[in-house]
Amino acid sequence: MNWFSKFITSSIGKKLLMSLTGLFLILFLIVHLAGNLSLLSSDGGKAFNVYTDFMSNNPVIQTIAKGNYFFILLHAILGIALAVRNKQAKGGKYAVSPKNNTSWASNNMALLGTLIFAFLFMHMGHFWFQFKFGSGLPMTTIDGVEMIDAYAKVSAIMSEPIWVIAYLIGLAVLAFHLWHGFASAFQTLGLNHKKYTPIIHAVGKVFSIAVPAGFAVLPLYLYFN
Amino acid sequence: MRLTLKVWRQKNGNAKGSLETHQVEADEHMSFLEMMDVLNQQLVEDKKEPVAFEHDCREGICGSCNMVINGRPHGPMQGTTTCQLHMRHFKDGDTIVVEPWRAKAFPVIKDLVVDRSAFDRIIQSGGYVSVNTGQAPDGNSIPVEKDLSLMAMDAATCIGCGACVAACPNGSAMLFTSAKVSHLGLLPQGQVEHKKRTQSMVAQMDKEGFGMCSNVGACEVECPKEISIENIARMNRSYIGSVLSTDK
Ligand code: HEM
Ligand code: SF4
Ligand code: FES
Repeated sequence: MNWFSKFITSSIGKKLLMSLTGLFLILFLIVHLAGNLSLLSSDGGKAFNVYTDFMSNNPVIQTIAKGNYFFILLHAILGIALAVRNKQAKGGKYAVSPKNNTSWASNNMALLGTLIFAFLFMHMGHFWFQFKFGSGLPMTTIDGVEMIDAYAKVSAIMSEPIWVIAYLIGLAVLAFHLWHGFASAFQTLGLNHKKYTPIIHAVGKVFSIAVPAGFAVLPLYLYFN
Repeated sequence: MRLTLKVWRQKNGNAKGSLETHQVEADEHMSFLEMMDVLNQQLVEDKKEPVAFEHDCREGICGSCNMVINGRPHGPMQGTTTCQLHMRHFKDGDTIVVEPWRAKAFPVIKDLVVDRSAFDRIIQSGGYVSVNTGQAPDGNSIPVEKDLSLMAMDAATCIGCGACVAACPNGSAMLFTSAKVSHLGLLPQGQVEHKKRTQSMVAQMDKEGFGMCSNVGACEVECPKEISIENIARMNRSYIGSVLSTDK
């Protein structure tokens, strides 16, 4: 295993971990958004409740969820560690701050990531923690199965402007993180070529706007209905 | 043209440095280094210590004229070293701030001069190819595909100046190292050591304390030889591939 620890602790190895965990989180975002869109079906929350019930009780999903928590933690801890190391490696500051046309997001990934991490605490506190450990949860019966009325819970949170605004800010931060992160992950993997890199960049820009915007529709929809 | 220069002065590596202000009368046909020469002449005449800065070829090929000018390594012009930068790109009355490269792995020796021997050690760790001794081989005896040779030659234009490290917010040397790995690794002559070379140059780069690449891209913007970060991707895949395909 010596070669492995040497590989994974090298600069490129660590960046490889950032890239792979980041890409996994991107996949997670797609699945999470696809499921949450069921909030939009005007059926009093039936579709959403069935979906949440399935997600919280299916053993395969639960195993993937554990992996997901692990990858978020790995990505976050490693990301912060790299940012600290990189700051040390820079050593000093210029009297005139560098002006070049690199993106703001690329220069502030650790700040954006930390904000996402804070957002996740709020988000988990609102839902995951409540569903796992909360008491007095609203219940509903769908097709003879009793389950948590997750729809009622989400609607209650999203009826308060403060939370709607907090979610919108969190999603904007995510958009910036992905604005750089999506394409960056492929460059880290060594995938850069005239033929497909422009496509990766274009897909990355669309993704970084469309996915957070897709999520943002949900609190707004619930708030205004 | 009359200029106000704010130049970084630092006695030695341990001293605390600061910006020192001077007035200089320059000519728009001068190169930036000639303007610095005027400043130093002035300082010598005033019996003051001239500003230490590195320079050698003054034709854009040695990579020693390293200064951060108004926040940009090698100044405001694209694909230009400081020695090739002309004063006509500045205006009469401008204030110009001149600082040394900033990176932990490039400690300041004096004023604008930094120690770039970390780059030499990266080269020593693998920047060579094996050749047969004896008679000089026939030119063109090894076929090289034209596109590959062009790519290798593009990478080979890296002059090892370190502007990439200076520009990088992480003080990363990935652009330099990847240019060296690419220029040798793309050619058939460089194949013998390619995998070993990639691994040892990356290991040496890490050991020197350079930061890790976040793909910000400031390096390729500031590189006077316009080396592309495609080289970094190439080095990443060579590195990952070489680790997974060698016994060590
Ligand atoms: C859903 C959440 C997240 C997604 C989809 C995501 C995705 C990504 C992606 C794709 C990258 C690019 C990797 C690369 O350059 O190779 C990245 C980089 C990064 N992420 Fe995240 N991330 C998320 C959350 C976080 C969190 C919570 C943190 C930290 C607290 C964080 C910190 C970072 C940092 C510091 C980098 C830059 C690493 C570097 O280039 O040196 N991210 N992220
Ligand atoms: S890659 Fe460019 S900026 Fe970096 S050392 Fe080579 S020539 Fe200088
Ligand atoms: S003095 Fe040689 S590159 Fe400028």
